[in-house]
Amino acid sequence: MNKTSERPNMHLHLKIWRQLNAAAPGKFVSYEKENVSPDMSFLEMLDELNEHLIKTGGDPVAFDSDCREGICGMCGLVINGQAHGPRRATTTCQLHMRSFNDGDTITIEPWRAKAFPVVRDLVVDRSAFDRIIQAGGYVSVNAGNAQDANALPISKYNSDLAMDAASCIGCGACVAACPNASASLFTSAKVSQLALLPQGLVERKERAINMVSQMDLEGFGDCSNYGECEAACPKEISISNIARMKREYVRAALTSA
Amino acid sequence: MTLDAKIPVGLIQEKWDKHRFNMKLVNPANKRKYTIIVVGTGLAGASAAASLGELGYNVQNFCIQDSPRRAHSIAAQGGINAAKNYPNDGDSVWRLFYDTVKGGDYRSREANVYRLAQVSNNIIDQCVAQGVPFAREYGGLLSNRSFGGAQVSRTFYARGQTGQQLLLGAYSSLSRQIKAKKVEMFTRYEMLDLVVIDGKARGIVTRNLITGKIESFAADAVLLATGGYGNVYYLSTNAVNSNATAVWRAHKRGAYFANPCFVQIHPTCIPVTGDHQSKLTLMSESLRNDGRVWVPKAKGDKRPANEIPEEERDYYLERRYPAFGNLVPRDIASRAAKQVCDEGRGVGKTGLAVYLDFADAIKRLGRKAIEEKYGNLFEMYERITDENPYNVPMRIFPAIHYTMGGLWVDYNLQSTVPGLFVLGEANFSDHGANRLGASALMQGLADGYFVAPYTVGNYIGSNKFEPVTTDHPAFKASEKEVDDLVKKLLAVNGTKTAHELNRELGLIMWEYVGMGRSEEGLKKALEEIPKLREEFWKSIKVAGTGETLNQNLEEAGRLADYLELAELIARDALNRRESCGGHFREESQTPEGEAKRDDENYSYVAAWEFKGTEEAPELHKESLTFEHVPLTQRSYK
Repeated sequence: MNKTSERPNMHLHLKIWRQLNAAAPGKFVSYEKENVSPDMSFLEMLDELNEHLIKTGGDPVAFDSDCREGICGMCGLVINGQAHGPRRATTTCQLHMRSFNDGDTITIEPWRAKAFPVVRDLVVDRSAFDRIIQAGGYVSVNAGNAQDANALPISKYNSDLAMDAASCIGCGACVAACPNASASLFTSAKVSQLALLPQGLVERKERAINMVSQMDLEGFGDCSNYGECEAACPKEISISNIARMKREYVRAALTSA
Repeated sequence: MTLDAKIPVGLIQEKWDKHRFNMKLVNPANKRKYTIIVVGTGLAGASAAASLGELGYNVQNFCIQDSPRRAHSIAAQGGINAAKNYPNDGDSVWRLFYDTVKGGDYRSREANVYRLAQVSNNIIDQCVAQGVPFAREYGGLLSNRSFGGAQVSRTFYARGQTGQQLLLGAYSSLSRQIKAKKVEMFTRYEMLDLVVIDGKARGIVTRNLITGKIESFAADAVLLATGGYGNVYYLSTNAVNSNATAVWRAHKRGAYFANPCFVQIHPTCIPVTGDHQSKLTLMSESLRNDGRVWVPKAKGDKRPANEIPEEERDYYLERRYPAFGNLVPRDIASRAAKQVCDEGRGVGKTGLAVYLDFADAIKRLGRKAIEEKYGNLFEMYERITDENPYNVPMRIFPAIHYTMGGLWVDYNLQSTVPGLFVLGEANFSDHGANRLGASALMQGLADGYFVAPYTVGNYIGSNKFEPVTTDHPAFKASEKEVDDLVKKLLAVNGTKTAHELNRELGLIMWEYVGMGRSEEGLKKALEEIPKLREEFWKSIKVAGTGETLNQNLEEAGRLADYLELAELIARDALNRRESCGGHFREESQTPEGEAKRDDENYSYVAAWEFKGTEEAPELHKESLTFEHVPLTQRSYK
């Protein structure tokens, strides 16, 4: 019934990026990892490697993860050149070792982008994303100000599109996958969500302009429609959101006083 | 010290309104003179930090992750309850209150629960105004579904990602206040101590997780919204970094810990596959709206599910609880699963699983409708197990999920340390001995948006604050203690890792302080835990140094606290010789094997006072009275 549990455990060759801190130079270090069960998650495989390193006096590999259910957005590794690895619509923590074969060499790197400096090994600083949201990714409503939730009907179609965009987990895979290291997919997901809902309309123009400006200020590149972001996105956020963000931006730029 | 819950007098419907009127206010121009620390950025922490910032206080907000948006509230799937009665199916504030008190098996405080039901509707309004894309009907109005323990549809949801959307809503409000410079955000900071000066909470000591630097922060009030302690059990549905350190260190500084043994075991999680397992994944309770739970009637029936004919299947929840069927509360569903597995009727390789079957629902509603409702959960299941739940039934098993216990708080959410407030899962207040599904999100946001902003203001308005800086000797003493602890952990240099020792602790807890607890087992746990704690301090091996990002050191520090808290959980479970909610004492059950409460002797909150790591804690009791929801043996038949 369970196809993979019958598969024997694997022996893997790992090439992992090691870097002490943002200022230090980094390099690949090779490790042998034996006895890898196909039912393990990718991060559990790294957990076991770290257990071994700790016990043998080595230095465990630093990597971020938290919920390990694919929703918090904390994990993110470039695996064999692909952000979050080979499986479609899957975060690193949800990738299982059954996606690999005995004897494989696996290269593991951090997100690489100027705006995401390396903190240590595979851990990067994504605070630029927080600052993009702070630039306007909200509706200015204080607690206690709201009218009845059903006072404003919203078409299911628009609400569903807003939800598609709102599913973004802020992991940064879009940036890591983009040849320009653009944060357009991330930024456009929030711009779109709020542009599609009546609650977001009052601040629509400032939001588009301020969030796009912040994105530039952080050192992310421009979008030139490669589409790599959409392919890497574990939540399958559509690139059509970038088109909507561009429309929102132009509309705001042309009509703002 | 006698415990005063400070429940306002008067009719239950009027308590909160009157109390709000009676509370002291702080003049808008004065609010900026006060600094409030909020630890945690989940639903409770982010909503409290944002709301206090909106009011004009200076807020300092701390989280251990790289961004406030990562907090584990984000993983809540199914929904959030509110008494809106939009479906016109008979819901009301009173019914939500009633269901929650009953669902909690009469071990929560009526006045708190009533207030929670009252503000539930404001939460939905607030979240919609923020742009939270809740599920809607074709007419454009909000959609509802049912959850366990309720016979009305009162749960609002955003696909299977409700926690994510609510948290991102709170995070957006928080981001707005960060931009406005009313909230200063500290990410990758871990609180390692609470500082109490002249009997008041006046600040915290933290470790900067990137540089290892120990830093102090002074304030006029401290709010903890740091979540639950499920990871004491090692395997749980909590995030791997969720931990109990902030509440435990506050406990050691004088905050009583209430009902630690009330731990929720969620019935529908994906079963364990091997020793490598680092966490368990929940499959939302909402699946029980359409999925049917069953096991084979015969022991040891190892045929694949689709080869077991209908008449040889036991839909045991529908059989035993015809009124609620598959939607009985979590504690009851978990225990029933344990019973059928103990009988040898469990499924899968390990025999530690039951089926959750969607075949009938797919036949009735069509695959597309099921996809629309649960698509992302089905995908998640397939990714983890490599099985397609559209074709074969899911295999599920109970797992540690939520902790109803937590730091004791009064009606104002203030702990036994003045100026220390505790919000969300970190406190004990609203769920009694069992939390109903979709009520955690409700409580987190109620505390953060609509309760703490008032009650913290009242505390500020009715107290005088001597100016305090981090040069105060109390801060220096705490910093030294924290620094010594870090050095001590690094110095042991033994042979076992934090993961290994935490796994061992988890096995003890699951075996003796899990779904079924007995006097004998609990006494065994109380022997084993101190032994393991001793072993920890002899054999822990922590790699690296204290002056850099060191995740291994973080884990070891959290485990040191679990090893103390675990003992308190077992002690509390031993003290409570009754079964109630998630706490099932083998000695106290009805002839049908249902939990049997002992209201005469245990209708109280057990609040424990810390007396020293190797000393017995002192038990204080807050007795519970039920004036509005008559005490009855809970029945979902």
